[in-house]
Amino acid sequence: MQEIPLSQILFVSTALFFIGMYGLFTRRNLITMLMSIELMLNSVNINFVAFNKYLFPDNLDGLFFTLFIITIAAAEAAVAIAIIINLYRSHHSIDVEDATEMKY
Amino acid sequence: MNISSILFYAISALILGAGILAVTSVKIFRAAIWLLFSLVGIAALYFWMQVEFIAAIQIVVYVGGIVVLIIFSIFLTQNSGKEMNSPALSKKIFSALAALFGTAFVHNLIVHYEGFAFNSAKPFNPNVAEIGTQMLSTTSHGFILPFEVVSMLLLAAMVGCIVIAMRPAISTSESNTLNNKD
Repeated sequence: MQEIPLSQILFVSTALFFIGMYGLFTRRNLITMLMSIELMLNSVNINFVAFNKYLFPDNLDGLFFTLFIITIAAAEAAVAIAIIINLYRSHHSIDVEDATEMKY
Repeated sequence: MNISSILFYAISALILGAGILAVTSVKIFRAAIWLLFSLVGIAALYFWMQVEFIAAIQIVVYVGGIVVLIIFSIFLTQNSGKEMNSPALSKKIFSALAALFGTAFVHNLIVHYEGFAFNSAKPFNPNVAEIGTQMLSTTSHGFILPFEVVSMLLLAAMVGCIVIAMRPAISTSESNTLNNKD
């Protein structure tokens, strides 16, 4: 367990965060953009748990931050999917390029 | 290199590989399934770090809740067997360059930072009883206030989802005609 230093876990979460960022930049579909955001939130959760386990093992604060982030991510995904379904009902497409009423 | 490090590298490869496939796959349903594998890998990483409660929450909320919600919304809005439009090549290249630069930059910062003071005097033992006690405690390290606030947030999100996704109400004249027809 102690053979893996903290920096390697941080590298995994960094790579996962920037994978999510790449997806957010290239995708033009609202559902896949939401999936990229979920990846980024998960990388932040890995960071919280790793810092708590390696640096402050006598506290549990990182675990609580992870729990609250998971809760808020669930609420955010539910609201986002409701908005996406409503947008599909009015535009018959969920591509971000097609929803341009408020662009200018 | 013992079995624990081998497990860590295998789990990391699963997370990153499935994550890359989730953001590059051209079929949206496959992207959702790869996202599922990536989230399961993250739950495995939590098991590897011996925080079993967070791992269970990760599986229940993300794998059982959010991914199922995403798959349902794909079925409601997309032709899931169809391939999505691929982005322009220049956009792909510049996004990949930005992501690579960001990864290299942060990795450089992490490698050269020496201030991680290991504080392993006490073993890390997050059992569920301790998490529950501290979450509902009103003392200085308790989390009762964010717990209550987040419960209000969940209620508001639930009501908001229903209001947003509700079919627009039928106007009174139409409903009257519908009633008369019955």
